[in-house]
Order: sequence, then C-alpha cells, then structure tokens
Amino acid sequence: MSAPYRLRIQKRTEEVPRWLPMATSIGAIILAFLISGLILTIIGGDPIRTFRYFFNAAFGSWGALSDVVVKATPLLLIGLGCGLAFRMRLWNIGAEGQFYIGAFFASLVPLVPLVDMQTTPKFIILLMMALLGMLGGGLYGLIPGWLKAKFNVSEIISTLMLNYVAVFWNNYWIYSEFSDAGFQMTPMFAKSAWLPRLADYAREVKAFSGITLHLGVVFGIIAAIIIWIIMTRSRWGYEINLIGDNPQAARYAGIDITRNIILVFMLSGALAGLAGMSEVSGVVHRLQERISTNYGFSGVIVAWLAKLNPFATILVSFLFGALIVAGREIQPSGLYFFIQGTILFLVISSDVLLRYKFELVRAASEE
Amino acid sequence: MSLEIILRSGLSTGTILLFAAIGEILTELAGIQNLGVEGMMLLGAMAAFKTALATGSPWMGLLAGIAAGGLLSLAHALVTIHFQADQVVSGLSLTFLGTGLALVLGEGLTGQNAPLIPNVTIPLLARIPWLGRIFFADQNLLVYLGYLLIPAAWWYINKTRPGMHLRAVGEKPAAADSLGINVYGVRYLYTFVGGCLAGLAGASISIAISPGWYSNLTTSGQGWIAVALVIFAQWNPLRAALGGYLFGMLRRFMLDLQGPMLLFGLRNPFFYNHNLVFFLQMTPFLLTIIALVWGSASARRQRIGAPGALGTPYVRGERG
Repeated sequence: MSAPYRLRIQKRTEEVPRWLPMATSIGAIILAFLISGLILTIIGGDPIRTFRYFFNAAFGSWGALSDVVVKATPLLLIGLGCGLAFRMRLWNIGAEGQFYIGAFFASLVPLVPLVDMQTTPKFIILLMMALLGMLGGGLYGLIPGWLKAKFNVSEIISTLMLNYVAVFWNNYWIYSEFSDAGFQMTPMFAKSAWLPRLADYAREVKAFSGITLHLGVVFGIIAAIIIWIIMTRSRWGYEINLIGDNPQAARYAGIDITRNIILVFMLSGALAGLAGMSEVSGVVHRLQERISTNYGFSGVIVAWLAKLNPFATILVSFLFGALIVAGREIQPSGLYFFIQGTILFLVISSDVLLRYKFELVRAASEE
Repeated sequence: MSLEIILRSGLSTGTILLFAAIGEILTELAGIQNLGVEGMMLLGAMAAFKTALATGSPWMGLLAGIAAGGLLSLAHALVTIHFQADQVVSGLSLTFLGTGLALVLGEGLTGQNAPLIPNVTIPLLARIPWLGRIFFADQNLLVYLGYLLIPAAWWYINKTRPGMHLRAVGEKPAAADSLGINVYGVRYLYTFVGGCLAGLAGASISIAISPGWYSNLTTSGQGWIAVALVIFAQWNPLRAALGGYLFGMLRRFMLDLQGPMLLFGLRNPFFYNHNLVFFLQMTPFLLTIIALVWGSASARRQRIGAPGALGTPYVRGERG
C-alpha cells in the first residue's frame, strides 16, 4: 500500500511570489543558527547562553551597535563590488587582495607622505586617499580581468592567488620601509588622514563619546545607490545584465564583452580598494598585518545572500557585521566561519524552492 | 642547498598536491567542479590528526581524514546535483564550512604530538644509484601510495569501462543517460571520491609529511593550488603529478635560497635582507597564474578543453 500523501515536485512556470526569496533567505539564516547550536551542543557548549551572549555583544549597547556598522562598512563596499561582478558571472574572489592593495595605496598619502600632512586641508588628503585606494584596488582587479578577457584564465584561481600575493606585498612594506621602529606595523597616520568619527564630536554631543562610527559607511551607502542606478537605469547596466544572462545574445547585440569584463573587474576591485582605504583611515589609522578579518570572503557571501541587490546588500552586511562583532567574543573562534558557511549553503540550497514547486498531494487525487 | 634534497622533498610535499589534484580531476571529469578542496583538505587534516591523537593509531587517523573529506563533499554533491545550485558558490561555501568545522573541532590540537605514518625505505629499489636515494629511500609511506595512484588513475580514466562512463557523464550527460548510465549516481560517486582524496591530502599533511595542526595554516592555500593544477594539467593525472612534484621542489628551493650567505658566488640578498623573503613567498602563487596562462593557451592550441558539461547541472528531460 502506498503512503496517503506524496510529494509532487514541479518546475515553476509562473512568476515566483515576491515574498518568497526574502522568506527563504531568512529561513536559511534561522536554520543556520539552529544547526550551529546543534554543533555547539555536540561539542559540549551551551548554545542558548552563547547566542544570548552573541546577541548582546552585537546589539547590547550603542557602542556595540556602532561597532557593528563599522564592521559592516567594508563588507558593504566589497559585497557591492562582488555583486556587480557576479551579475556578469565573473567570480571575483579576490576582494581580499584588492582590499589590501587599496589600503596600501591609500596609506602612501600619509606614509610617504605625498602631500604636506600639516598644511594640506583634511578634505584634500582624504579625497586623495580614497581615490588612490580605488585606483589600487581597481588596478589589482584589472589583472584578473585582463587575464580572463585575453587568455581565458579562470578568474577564480587568479584572484585567489593574487590574494596571497597582496598580503605578502603589504607585509614587505610593513616589515621594512614603512615599519615603525622595527615593529610589524607602520607608524600611526597623522590625524589629518583619519576619517571623521562620531567620537570626534563628543565635546558638542555628549552621547557620541567613544562611538567609533566613521564616515566610511556613507561611502558604502552612496556606492549602493550609484550601483543601483547603474544597474537599473543605465545602458551599461543593461549590457552587464545581458552578458550575465545570455552572453551569446549579448555578442550578437554587438556588446563588447572583453571591454566589459575588464571594466566590471576594475570597478569591483575599486570598491574593495575603497573598503581598504576606509578601514585604514577610519579604523586602524595605520597599515598593519591582518587589517582584514576575511572581509573579502565574507563579502562574497554577503553579495550572494543579498541576491546581488545593492539595497539588500546594505541589510545583509549589517547582519554579517553583527556576526563578526559577536564572533570575536565567542569561543571557539571557528564558529563564525562555520555559521557563515552554513548560511551560504542553506541559501543556495533554498534556491531550489524558487525554481520548483513542492506540493504535498493526496496520492488518491492524482490521475 | 643540494639538488638531491630538493628533489626528495619535492616528491614528498608534491604528494599532497598530487592527491588533491587527482581527486579534483575525477570530480571534474564527471562534470562537477568542486572548489571546496581547501575546506575538505583542512577538515581531513584536522580529523586525521585528532583521531590519530585519540586512538594512538595513525592508520585510524588516515581513515578518519579520508572519511571527513568524503563526507563533506557529499554536501556539495547534494546541493549541486539534486538542488542544481551554482557549483562555484557551493564550492566556496564548502570551503567556509570545512574551514569553520575544522577550526571549531580542532580547538586545542595545536602543539600536540600525534602518532605519524612512518617513513620507509624500499629494500631493493633504494639501491639504484642516485635515483634510488631520491625516490625510494626514507620517504613517507604515502609518497609511495602517490607513485601508485598516478598510473592507476590514468589507466582507470582512459582504459577501463567505468572510466569511460565517467568521461561520458562529464562530456555529454544526456547521451550517457540514454545509454543507461546513472548520471546522478556517477556524479555523486566521483564527487565523493574527490572529497576522499582531498581528505587524504589533508591527512598526509597533518600526520605524515609536515606533521602537526596549525589551524588554517595547516593547508595554507594548497587546496587552491591543487584546483589550479587541474586546469594546468588539462585533466590528465600524469601532468597533475608532474605539476605537483615540480611545485613541491620549487617550495623547497625557495626555502633553501634563504640559508646561505653566498648565492652562486654573489651576496645572497635574502640572507642580508630577510624582508625580501616576502617576495619569495609570493612566487608560488604568481607562478600558478603564469602556469594557468600557459596552460590555457596550450589547451586552446591542442583543442583540449574542460569536460563539456563541467559546471552545468543535469536535469533529465531538459535540453538535449
């Protein structure tokens, strides 16, 4: 005898309900936390206490919340850049490297120094740093883009390899030319190279004291708006979308794919480079090792979780900022990676719900 | 710095890449690209080390490492084969997942000493002048396993019936399906086998060739190099082995470059300015890119491409 109900799986022919992608993403995140809790229990931890601690560490106070936004800032910029590249089915996994090179280029302004740090207006210095950061990241994105367009070299591998190269490159300068008295970091930047923070205005507004939130987040939000406009309102955005959806059709339509691969890679890299600038100028105030806590890779997840939508990227990067802030408080330290991996896995698995319809039907009612 | 030492050590560290790359070749030949090699290796390395420590037996450790890599790969198989998820994203998530899991479960293993897979000398072969000392004297047991795996994998892929089925599934899944080959089954199988070999590669780091658990520095990007090696090798195990060994030799050579005060009769810059070593450390990664440029160019000349269906999910009844 057969079961009274059976699962019927059909390819979706009609439009996906608008709420469904959001619902599956949220469901995936909740499920990821449940699974992580299970793992914690298995290895002898207390998941409820850990997650409560987690929550408090991220949202427990204004200071914590500001930390979350500070951590979300590089993720947002990188997530936007990765999302743009992914839209064209270009796998830029190299944001980590582009971030480091961007930070290095931006740091040249106060370290060399390229301009007189005492007399030049702060605005000019910061603008130079932002532009150089974008230039550095953009050039570093140009390499895999060019290799892909010219020699058809897998951009996944080339960007990953360049990540390692960038870290060694930075290390060389931190350990030698720019080293602060032999320490593995550069001297602190002059104050004029610091992005303004809310804490700087503590004298005027008492509540701002100790709040580390800096101007970088504004870069992120402006970038999100610009990318949204490019993707939905411009001819270039239309070309990028077309190449991503159907490269064959794009070629027939006379779109220069080579040029677009290189341009998108450069813009993607420039955003990661800007993230690097925002981090050294807004948070660390010097160049040192490990300025990135895996932002480059988390950015990939952020972009995917946001379904490549610039505004959703803002939300998702906030969530991941919270994960990072809370993650550095809890042991074991790998839990943070694990939760990230689980979330991403569940999200891509849940995409099947968008493509297929699952229905429980009475066995008798069929045929 | 001696040629003999460089060659010996290249064979031994190259074995790690060899296992991982041959595993990935088998997976990709079935049409599944698994970028999670780094994660599977790290999990394998952790599982092997932890089990060897707990049971006192390196053999149990080896099995655990292989199983860990294999089990993790099944997540990728399920998501890409049944749920038709994007293979690139799924592979990346697998790396996060494997890394995270390995770091969580590997807490506190650093600095411990686990029992190791022994080094052995092959009695007669080791007496071959010069070559014997390099290939067959005092190498790790897994290095010899590597020697055997290379021709075995080549023969299996090119000369056997299941090997033909494997290539058919990766090249034209619909045609394979119509011949009665179970496409999903084959893809699951080789994703799993690839995972097992990645796990073996991880285990061969932590309990054999460069023993110890150093959290994510244990693999330090070798999984990614293995993935690159597959493209460079044009899905041929013989070329993958050659590439792996060459890479191993290169690493040793760069280590040796830092030692002497004089290099080829000149002042050794790496000895006098130790920071220049950072540039040495970049070279394997830069060389990988150069190898890829060269590999893709020669592949195009000889019209050798990736397996036809690499990266595309197979759905019965959809398209031809």
